[in-house]
Amino acid sequence: MHQTTELVHELAEKYGRSRENLLPILQGVVEKERYLSEGSMINIARELDLSAAEVYGTATFYSFLEYKKMGQFVIRVCKTITCSMKGKNQILLTIQDMLKIGVGETTQDKKFSLLETNCLGWCHKAPAMLINDEIYTELTPEKVREILSDYMKK
Amino acid sequence: MNKINMTINGVVYEVEPGKTILEAARDAGIIIPTLCYHKDLCIAGNCRVCVVEIVGQNRLSASCATPCQDNMEILTNSLKVRNSRKHIIELLLSEHNADCTKCYKNGNCELQELAAEYKIMSQDLIDLVPFKNYTIDMFSPSIIKDDSKCIRCQRCVRTCAELQGVNALTVAYKGDHMKISTFFEKSLNDVVCTNCGQCVNHCPTGALIEKNYIEEVWEAISDPEKHVVVQTAPAVRVGLGEELGFEAGSRVTGKMVSALKSLGFDSVLDTDFTADLTIMEEGTELLTRLKRSLVDHDPDVKLPMATSCSPGWIKYIEHLYPEYLGHLSTCKSPQQMFGALVKTYYARSRKLNPEKIVSVSIMPCTAKKFESNRPEMHDSGYRDVDYVLTTRELAIMIKQAGIDFMKLPDKKFDRIMGESTGAAVIFGATGGVMEAALRTAYELVTGREVPFENINIMPVRGMEGVREAIIKIENPLEAWSFLDGVELRCAIAHGLVNAKKVMDELKAQKNNYHFIEFMACPGGCLGGGGQPIPTNPEIREKRAKAIYDEDEAMHIRKSHENPEIIKIYEDYLGKPLGEKSHHLLHTKYTERNRY
Amino acid sequence: MATAYNLKRADFIFRNENDWEKILSRTLQRDKQELINELISSELKGRGGAGFPTGLKWKLASEAVSDQKYVICNADEGEPGTFKDREILTRVPFKVLAAMSICGYIIGCNTGIIYLRGEYKFLKSELEKAIKEFEYYCKEIHFDFNIQIFMGSGAYICGEETALMESMEGMRGEPRNKPPFPTGSGYMGKPTVINNVETLAHTFTIFKYGSKKFYDLGVQFSRGTKLFSVSGDTPKPGIYELELGMSLSDFVDEFGDGDTKAVQVGGASGFLVPRKRFNETAIGFKGKLSGISLPTGGSMMLFNSTRSMYNLLDNYLEFFREESCGQCTPCRVGCQQLLIGIKAVKSGAKPAGYLDKLLKLTETMQYTAKCGLGQSVANSFSSIVENFREEMIY
Repeated sequence: MHQTTELVHELAEKYGRSRENLLPILQGVVEKERYLSEGSMINIARELDLSAAEVYGTATFYSFLEYKKMGQFVIRVCKTITCSMKGKNQILLTIQDMLKIGVGETTQDKKFSLLETNCLGWCHKAPAMLINDEIYTELTPEKVREILSDYMKK
Repeated sequence: MNKINMTINGVVYEVEPGKTILEAARDAGIIIPTLCYHKDLCIAGNCRVCVVEIVGQNRLSASCATPCQDNMEILTNSLKVRNSRKHIIELLLSEHNADCTKCYKNGNCELQELAAEYKIMSQDLIDLVPFKNYTIDMFSPSIIKDDSKCIRCQRCVRTCAELQGVNALTVAYKGDHMKISTFFEKSLNDVVCTNCGQCVNHCPTGALIEKNYIEEVWEAISDPEKHVVVQTAPAVRVGLGEELGFEAGSRVTGKMVSALKSLGFDSVLDTDFTADLTIMEEGTELLTRLKRSLVDHDPDVKLPMATSCSPGWIKYIEHLYPEYLGHLSTCKSPQQMFGALVKTYYARSRKLNPEKIVSVSIMPCTAKKFESNRPEMHDSGYRDVDYVLTTRELAIMIKQAGIDFMKLPDKKFDRIMGESTGAAVIFGATGGVMEAALRTAYELVTGREVPFENINIMPVRGMEGVREAIIKIENPLEAWSFLDGVELRCAIAHGLVNAKKVMDELKAQKNNYHFIEFMACPGGCLGGGGQPIPTNPEIREKRAKAIYDEDEAMHIRKSHENPEIIKIYEDYLGKPLGEKSHHLLHTKYTERNRY
Repeated sequence: MATAYNLKRADFIFRNENDWEKILSRTLQRDKQELINELISSELKGRGGAGFPTGLKWKLASEAVSDQKYVICNADEGEPGTFKDREILTRVPFKVLAAMSICGYIIGCNTGIIYLRGEYKFLKSELEKAIKEFEYYCKEIHFDFNIQIFMGSGAYICGEETALMESMEGMRGEPRNKPPFPTGSGYMGKPTVINNVETLAHTFTIFKYGSKKFYDLGVQFSRGTKLFSVSGDTPKPGIYELELGMSLSDFVDEFGDGDTKAVQVGGASGFLVPRKRFNETAIGFKGKLSGISLPTGGSMMLFNSTRSMYNLLDNYLEFFREESCGQCTPCRVGCQQLLIGIKAVKSGAKPAGYLDKLLKLTETMQYTAKCGLGQSVANSFSSIVENFREEMIY
């Protein structure tokens, strides 16, 4: 908790404390902690002199600003039309099988979270997924297994 | 600027530039339905029921958000407009728990009215309610939030932000999950909510309602063992009529007393009595603080002193400016002074067992429900006020009892604790507590009436969000000679967003008032969260006029001249800020977190 | 009635002659009014999908009086099937940066902001490097212009210009009422030019080669070239620069897999064109081209006969239901009703005729929704349901 307070303070110092700095600060926390806890939102509200609800309302609008506890690696599989046509379901099954979690869940070791997301902008190389900010395209079940195995070692 | 010409439904109108289509149409006597629009609030343009056709454009425009332009041609009732509006109402209904007969707002719901107007007889669209995990928050003693009734017009969110500056409510999530929420969907009881009820007052449907205690009060009334006492706040008498067929701004004090007697209350008394008492205590407290500051140069004395009648304001300062709690007058609100006296002074005088007394209050306020529920409000040895009903709840009881309110004769309050003054009545309007205090304090200090025509202190009246007044004290009585030449700097703020302005200035040491009146609600109690719906700037003006008319009609207009006040000090309390007062009439405050 | 306009490839956007410094300094010497006229006479229209004349937009902003103005590059490319902006920012970022600064020169502002979608965060560091280099050059030629990147966080609606500005101001990305328009009151209430990445890149082309070169490409009302993001059932998915005005049948001849059943033009918010209409459909802005002329932000998704058009619509509607900002009634509730409605028809819970009620509903959404998202749901819905009604029912 103490760490979060410091992180938020640093971010506020870096970006500023006006309302238009809210998103960069929220993003900064998510980048470090992968999600926005109640505590971090309260810290942000305090730094920016906003109500906690204002921060919550803004954060929950954006699908990349998770407000539930996430694993170290957040996997976002694109579910929009082209990826859907090109085998998204097989990709999802492969991941679920490897990690033993469903969509919206986090592995017990808090290493991976699995989510679906809307169009990632890689329709010509479908199916695609993001792991944190890294993009992986033209996925096949084999390729996914390789990628995840590498991450498991991290 | 030159007026512009526009055509609405074939008729040409001259319109002030800058007006919206909605305003122009209303000026022209053309009604356009609205839901998210509210005169108190900024334009949202999100419900879309106010759409109109601008000839030449394929898409319709939200009339509330579209400014008039020269030579614009508007159709407010074309087939396209009507079909679209009907569709939008159907869409809202499909997402809405439309079990109207079981809704508290049945009969006073803007969505219901529109559905009736557009004769939505069947529902083609699929009912979405079963697919939603709607929840009801009932944990607040003041407000119930039922998401299944919400139409997402965001009036409550804008109210909480723009009028109150609290932002306890927000819009959260997006798409089909979008909803009105608090921080992490906590109960209103667990967040910065001040219980002011302005969201209730601005909600078009039953999504935000007061927690009602009607059945509990009926039960008490019917219990022969119980002696049920009711007190009525100043603003109720200028609002209640609106719920019962009268025009806004009607004074119905006598009928209200009649109705309360008919309902079966054993004693119908007046919060105005303790409003007068508040002036005695708070006025003395102010003078004491001034003396400590000016004569004793006591560094610990907290000035400016802030009023403490408004429980919404109290909770607000507890959450947001806890370091300033010392500036609050220690006086309880008139409601709670009354409660503490009912089960002591009144019980003794009437030779009643306080245990058998049920103390009910009728308030223009939802925050009073929370206030009466505070753990410290047990100074009589019992819960001082058992049930708080809003003006609206009282109207419901009157209707339930089959009372034809219009035909009621005027009656007078019972005694004791039923006598009051014009100074007490104006507690219901913003600036009223200040004016009443000045009337008494000035006279106490100088031996003369306040130097204003007919003792109407006009500078403190009005609807400006923050107002200032300076009263110069000259030739005081000897005991108060230290005040000679002192300019008493007063300020008035109503609506918490204005309170915030004054507090932030105070924090930045940009003001140096002696005395500040704070009211949580716009217009003061007359615009309270428990008052009849709708409340808007015009209605508040009318209620304020009624308040001041009521004041002028009273034959005693200064708190210290109230004979019952004189008597209670003689018989019971001793003197203002005396030991008994201290125990029964004063309180302390709780530091709370903003987050 | 084909438009008889053959597919013409072009190569302007990605042709990189590394001459941006020269073009920039040369352009900054020119008269502002002249530049606006140049842009107006090119007839360039916005490439994000809405097609507003770019020259007029810049002109309006240049005429606005304010102490502060902004140029925003809209890189919140979220329309399903579009991925060209990412490629532009990756391969020719300097063209975009130069165009932003030229716009700043014309309208009188020294601040440019790129709103980059969160999904493209991996681009950020390279782009920052480019900005640094760009700003260095600006300093060298004593031209005061700086550019920042503002990151989005996963919200399709933020591609809508006013939602994007709300988002930049730290709010929920909810579209504003219009008027006022951004050229008068945009980011922070200041006059703002907001252009799509590709639009900016085209202005660079225009300032480099002159408006005539651009104007001579394409067809009437749809001048110049456009990047197309081609995906779906195609042997050659990717990004292609083509002259506007081609017929869809020519497009399918080039990109189809021989079994093309339908093409989605303009992404989920665009239209689905069935095979029987390929001939009569041209790709360009609304104009007097014979037949149907469909605008597009560049998304072209091809579907062959193995694809279910019901699944397609289901996928789009789920997308819209989630990505609607939720503030206005027709869009928020309409999207839910459409999705649940087609499911009900498919399952038999509602009769086939219910589809007509849903079509009426999309009409209301088109008329009354607050922004382009809700208004354009009708496009895909009606074009799919009307052309593939059987698939919706059985």
